[in-house]
Amino acid sequence: MTATAVSPRLELKGISKRFPGVVANDHVSFQVPAGAIHALLGENGAGKSTLVKIIYGVQQADEGEIVFDGKPVRIGSPREARSLGIGMVFQHFSLFEAMTVLENIALGMDNPPPRRELEARVREVLASYGLSLDPHRHVHTLSVGERQRIEIVRALLQQPKLLIMDEPTSVLTPQEVEQLFETLRRLASEGCSILYISHKLHEIKALCESATILRGGKVVASCDPREESARSMAELMIGGSLKDLSQKSSGAAGKERFVVSALSAPGEPPFGTSLKEVSFAVRSGEIFGIAGVAGNGQNELLAVISGEDAAGISGSIRLDGTELAGLSVGARRRAGLASSPEERNGHAAVPGMSLADNALLSARSRMGLASGGVIRAKAARDYAGRVIEAFSVKATGPGAAAGSLSGGNLQKFVMGREIMQDPAVLVVSQPTWGVDAGAASFIRQSMIDLARQGAAVVVVSQDLDELLELCDRLAVINEGRLSEPMDVKGISIERVGLLMGGIHGGQAAETRVGAKAEAHERRPEPAL
Amino acid sequence: MMLAAPVIAVVLTLIVGAVLFTLLGHDGFGAVVEIFVKPLFNLYRWQDLLVKAAPLAMIATGLAIGFRANVWNIGAEGQYILGGLAGTGVALATLDMSGSWILPLMLVCGILGGMVWAAVPAILKTTLGVNEILTSLMLNYVAIQLLFYLMRGPWKDPEGFNFPQTAMFSADQTLPMIVPGTLIHLGVPLAAAVALTAFAVMTRTITGFQIKVVGLAPKAAAFGGFGAASTVWIALMAGGGLAGFAGILEASGPFGQMVPQFPTGYGYTAIIVAFLGRLNPLGILAAALVLALTYVGGESAQTTIGLPSAATGVFQAMMLFFLLATDILVRYRVVSGRAAPAPKAAAAKEAEPAKGKAVAA
Repeated sequence: MTATAVSPRLELKGISKRFPGVVANDHVSFQVPAGAIHALLGENGAGKSTLVKIIYGVQQADEGEIVFDGKPVRIGSPREARSLGIGMVFQHFSLFEAMTVLENIALGMDNPPPRRELEARVREVLASYGLSLDPHRHVHTLSVGERQRIEIVRALLQQPKLLIMDEPTSVLTPQEVEQLFETLRRLASEGCSILYISHKLHEIKALCESATILRGGKVVASCDPREESARSMAELMIGGSLKDLSQKSSGAAGKERFVVSALSAPGEPPFGTSLKEVSFAVRSGEIFGIAGVAGNGQNELLAVISGEDAAGISGSIRLDGTELAGLSVGARRRAGLASSPEERNGHAAVPGMSLADNALLSARSRMGLASGGVIRAKAARDYAGRVIEAFSVKATGPGAAAGSLSGGNLQKFVMGREIMQDPAVLVVSQPTWGVDAGAASFIRQSMIDLARQGAAVVVVSQDLDELLELCDRLAVINEGRLSEPMDVKGISIERVGLLMGGIHGGQAAETRVGAKAEAHERRPEPAL
Repeated sequence: MMLAAPVIAVVLTLIVGAVLFTLLGHDGFGAVVEIFVKPLFNLYRWQDLLVKAAPLAMIATGLAIGFRANVWNIGAEGQYILGGLAGTGVALATLDMSGSWILPLMLVCGILGGMVWAAVPAILKTTLGVNEILTSLMLNYVAIQLLFYLMRGPWKDPEGFNFPQTAMFSADQTLPMIVPGTLIHLGVPLAAAVALTAFAVMTRTITGFQIKVVGLAPKAAAFGGFGAASTVWIALMAGGGLAGFAGILEASGPFGQMVPQFPTGYGYTAIIVAFLGRLNPLGILAAALVLALTYVGGESAQTTIGLPSAATGVFQAMMLFFLLATDILVRYRVVSGRAAPAPKAAAAKEAEPAKGKAVAA
């Protein structure tokens, strides 16, 4: 015990990893003491993912040494990492969509216990950490946020000594974030070290006691986040000064451009969320936010507004007074409605096609990329090229396959493709999910600029900070119902959080506490 | 590798075919030479090759458009028969007339006949969500029975000594020969033209783009404003129309009348052609020649070395089998899965979260 108390839980000594044409990690060294919560900071492409993959055994370092609990170790596979007591929650989920939550958890374990025993343990972890998740639901019916909970549960089940968390809070309500932090703090107080990767600097300030900052694969600084400001850490990350978002609209309210009234839609069976009488109005020059926890009808709302879902819809969607309900996706685009769904790969973009082809996907009518049904290949390439340049997308050119771009770069391309069509109304979901700080601020700025030119912008996001920074007004969606809009100036975060949890959420919180006590009592017999 | 797979499949077919027929007591190597090599060095056989390849290429081009969009039309055989029957109907109604308008009318009606037959699965799929594989396949058998009924009943040639076949078509109802003194009829250049047109449509038009997007990412297609129903219709009309076109070209060309032996399995073989040609109209032209070779060579092998007629089918089936197998092995890596399948699968997924590439053997 004394030996482990003295030597750090994890120590990296001069870790280097090269890929053809790029050095992902260049002699990275740092320590994480036992029971510490340590932040790993850096922009996308700074080498964080490679580094944690090396620690978790997915990839091997070219040089350097990993010391775990005082002993030099070689971690050849995730399995070896798990047997050392290293758990990881990935940013991208490794889940089989056609299987249930429980089956996915069993698949991720090296020696899964019998099904009933596993279920009892899963329910216990869910209850004690206050996570709500039905072990018998199929993964394909779950929202992004719920999928992430599976990964968290999977890691917690193994009672890890070191838990690596990659962007874990992007899909939680403020209350849930606080709950997660309590969980993490409790884990840390029990001696588990936590390596925490996030772009949300104020969360790191609230949670972490030390931080290592990476830039271009090198350690550029170490700091105590509690003594830094979010701005100073961001500047260390990007290695320059951070641009302020220019002020949003002057507040001079324009005319109502985009009016949704009493919009109802059936959810996709069996687990989709149905929309119930959703109404809101967005004025010219305004950015309107829709907050809410994943899976509360955001995707359905996007699909109904864009026209992808047309079955069983009632209510009206008006753009400058023109009724859009009943029109096709293409007709809505021509009327000036642009949209961008949450999922980039396979929804907003076709991974197997070039960026020029992806420009055709949604910009062909407004940008004249086709005439008389014939593709104007040069125009498509030119438009893709202009998007790449204007939004500084890192790609080899318009011919690059969309799937070859990193998530953040593809998102910049998708947002650029929509914004540069100069739409009257832009509706986007999760515009900066998984995008690094620099690119996120760029995307937000471009939405502000679009609004200033008189467009109405609707941002659906689970990132409340983003909405507070960006929007003039916001409303909260919960179980398919939209709350009354609130002015962002002087808004009560607590109230927003409660709305995000919904009335049902409040009850759930109480039952969770009850369930926790019950689970402890009932432990000997398998639950259900 | 995606282009190498068809070549590997053909080579494997030749090797395994030789071994198989040797084990069965035939001259296996001789059979392969007889079927796949000799016809290539015989100018006369080349006429046969082109004449057989033309309908295969045409049907496969139509099917490939559907397959690209994940619309699995297995009913080309029936659509081919209906195309032939529709054109024959026109021919029988115009037997006593003459004029250069008759043949074009027959061709147009042939195309429409195939489309009507393909419209049944399209309607069922778009309105009731019925699987098009089942409906299109089952309609093949309906088409064959319809053909038999017409041949033995209403359309039987009154002067045909009670044989179940129609009257011979007149000169105005028969395809002209392109090269005088050979078997090469108008259908051969038409098939090439159709494939080239399809290539242009797939690469240069929004319709082709729609088909590819629907096949690659259905949700992105919806986002792009491409309706699922319209894609099903485009796919089945292309497949049915071209199969019907091939049908009437065969009826008015090599057959010169309608007979119960009209369906020769082109509609099924064309599925192999489409995949061997990588669903690309230009590749399909080459693949059609390879499959035509199995027909032509198979026939001559029956007479020269007494190979059973089933040999043709065996070679064709092996080609599809090896093509699918090669494709799987090109796209997936085999891992030995007994010891600990779960962590390995998980590890592979973690390494490449976007696409799980491991397949447990």
